[in-house]
Formats: sequence, C-alpha cells, structure tokens
Amino acid sequence: MKNKIIAKEEVKKLVRDGMTIMVGGFLAKGTSETVIDQIVASGVKDLTIIANDGGTITTGVGKLIANNQVKTLYASHIGLNKMVGQKMEAGELEVVLIPQGSLAEAIRAGGSGLGGVLTPTGVGTIVEEDHRHVYKTIKLDGKKYLIEKPLHADLTVLRGFKADTFGNVYYEKTSRNFNPMMAFAGDVVVVGADEIVEKGKLNPNDVVTPGVLVDYIVKEGE
Amino acid sequence: MDAKEIIARRVAKLFKDGDFVNLGIGLPTQVPNYLPKGVEVILQSENGMVGLGPVKDGHEDSNLCNAGGQPCGAIKGASFFDSATSFALIRGGHVDYTVLGALEVDEHGNLANWIVPGKMVPGMGGAMDLVIGAKTVVIAMQHTQKGAKKILKECTLPYTALGVVDLIVTEMGVMKCTRKGLVLAEINPDYTVEDVQAATGCTLIIPKSLKKMKV
Repeated sequence: MKNKIIAKEEVKKLVRDGMTIMVGGFLAKGTSETVIDQIVASGVKDLTIIANDGGTITTGVGKLIANNQVKTLYASHIGLNKMVGQKMEAGELEVVLIPQGSLAEAIRAGGSGLGGVLTPTGVGTIVEEDHRHVYKTIKLDGKKYLIEKPLHADLTVLRGFKADTFGNVYYEKTSRNFNPMMAFAGDVVVVGADEIVEKGKLNPNDVVTPGVLVDYIVKEGE
Repeated sequence: MDAKEIIARRVAKLFKDGDFVNLGIGLPTQVPNYLPKGVEVILQSENGMVGLGPVKDGHEDSNLCNAGGQPCGAIKGASFFDSATSFALIRGGHVDYTVLGALEVDEHGNLANWIVPGKMVPGMGGAMDLVIGAKTVVIAMQHTQKGAKKILKECTLPYTALGVVDLIVTEMGVMKCTRKGLVLAEINPDYTVEDVQAATGCTLIIPKSLKKMKV
C-alpha cells in the first residue's frame, strides 16, 4: 500500500495559487503549524481559506494572512486577530462570516454528499442576505430556515495528536474541533500528527478520522 | 461591590444544581465564582467540551482550551467532541442557559451583540447559534455604556437574533422579556425605579410586587 508519510517540504507540491484550503483548529489550537509553515514557504497566492477563525498573527491561518497569501477567508470569528479586520477594512482580504454552528454543518454537508444545511440560525439578521454562503430563506411547517451552502475544499489540513501509518487519526481534548468534519470535505487531506505510530497501534475505538480519508501524513514539529 | 460583580453574583443565583450552561467571553466567565453552596453547574465550551473547569495546579495543557482560546481544565466526568456535535448540543435545545453580553437589547427581546458596522467586526462566532438554541437566554451586561442606553425600544445595530432574550441582568436590576414588553422584575435597592427608567430606552413595565434584587 502507498506510503502516506511525507517529508514536510513535500507539502509545497500539494498547493497552488487560487486553491481552497480548509484548516482545522480553534484559535490555532488543533492546527498543524508545520503544514501551515510549508504553505507559507511555498509562497502560493490568492488562497481561499475555510477555518473557524483567523488564528493569531503568529499562529494558524493568521500566518498565511500575514504573508498576504489569502484572498478570501471563510470564518465565524476574527476578533482575536486584529490584522484580519485591518486587511478587511483596507480591501486586501475578503471575509465571509458564518455562524460557527452553521460553518461546522456546512463543512459536514460538503463532506457527506448533502446539498446544504437548513438552520434557524441567522433568520432575521443580515446573515440571511449574504448569498456567498446562504442560498435563501425558506419556510417549512411555519418555521423559517436559512439554506446554508455546503463547503468543500481542494485541500484539507488536519492536526492529529496521533496518526497511524494508514492515516487513522486520534485527536486530543479540545484540539479536535473542526478537524473531523474537514477530513471529509477536502479532495486531498494532509494531517500533521504529533506522533506517528504503526498501523494497528491505535485502538480502532479511539479513531475519529478513518484513515481512508487521509492522503498524506507529516510529522508535526519536524 | 462593582457593577460587574453585582451582575455576576445575581446571574449565579439563577441556576439550580446540575444545570447545563454556556458562558460567553468576558463578564459571564465570572459567574462560577459566585455559585451558591450546593449548586454545581455543568459548563459547555463551544469549541468542543462539556465539563469545563479551572486549570489544575498550574498545569496548562496545550490541547485544552476554552472558547476564548485560554487554557482551561476539565472536571471529572468531562467529555470532548467535534464542533458539529458541540453545536448540535447548542442548537438542538440541550443547553439550559446561555449567558452573554450585549451591545443592545430591545423590548421585543431582540439582541445585537456581534457587529458595529465600520467599527468593530469581530464576527458572530457561536453567539447566533447559542441564542437560537439555548432554553434560556440571559443577557448579563452593564445597564448603560458610558452613559449611552443599551436597552432600547428597537435595536439600532444589526441583530444577532430576533425575540430570543429571556432575561436581562444589569447592576440596576433584573428585566424579563414578555410579549407585553420588558418587565422590571427586580430592582437593586441602591436605585429608584425612576433611575432605572431614566437609564433605559424603552418603557419598563413595573409590577406591583417589584422585588429587591439580592446578590
């Protein structure tokens, strides 16, 4: 079977200008800094990034934004990284804000073959009018719902606490966050793992992301 | 006692033992410091855990943080899960209380707390889902912002959600959102009804049995 473990420098071959990349993590906790650093080093431009937030100036997707590699950011919250707001105000970065629960479900839908998400979240607000991520509002059995578009990416970047050589991933504590849904929603999936173990060394009950979804494994921190 | 402590103390008295609660960033995070004896609440953190607690013995775990990204601890019986599951708990009506701050609230229970166009655009994070899904939505905030009224007839800022607020707790009192409007249910004895009304942008309904707010 194909060896999924690659040297971190190989990440540069997985990226190109204009691609859409999903990055797991919550305020950069649960984000593969090693993979992000390689995307920074690659210098690719005009990326669309889908992540919970804008990281910080020195962590997570914030590093790509600081390096002017991001054209559009889909996120639920950007308040803890002032640079994101400044770049948005200056017209250098397009930001699409999506309620956090809707973002999680839109990614889940994108990875599970669903055509969208019906949610009451955002009804009656300006979110309803943002057709970059909302198809429209509909009424079903007397209740209003937004139809959120599914989200999909060319590449997904995961952070795992442990991965086996088959690509099965185990997450630790709150570092799980958006990673499991994103694993389904990317055409190519790379995981940065703190520890890589032999196939069979992870208890199958502990595996959250099945290895069939993972294409490449990078040792985090090397 | 400063205004924030008064508010946090009063909110803490809303809960009964075992309530499942999500606390917003800022003032609401002070609430657990004032829980009455014998009352333990189970805290949810929208980044993916039930059973949020303080950092133990100064031991910070890089894989364990709260929804503000700050290191936290996990109590006995805690659980971790992904963000979709976290918001299924929230949106699905499984959370008893959400306590959040607000920029503006109006007499229809409408809430604005995520954007000041052109000035402050932090994003809604989980707030829109929380106020739609939690069984009881409590706004914990100072009654005015540097003298400017925050409790209004109609919100002027973009909404977070419509008709979702159940209770507003400020240093001046406790207000209940009803179909008829905002009822001043409790008043801090340091203020008169006239003081509270003067600091409020809509007409408060004053019940005959106006209670003193105890903190």
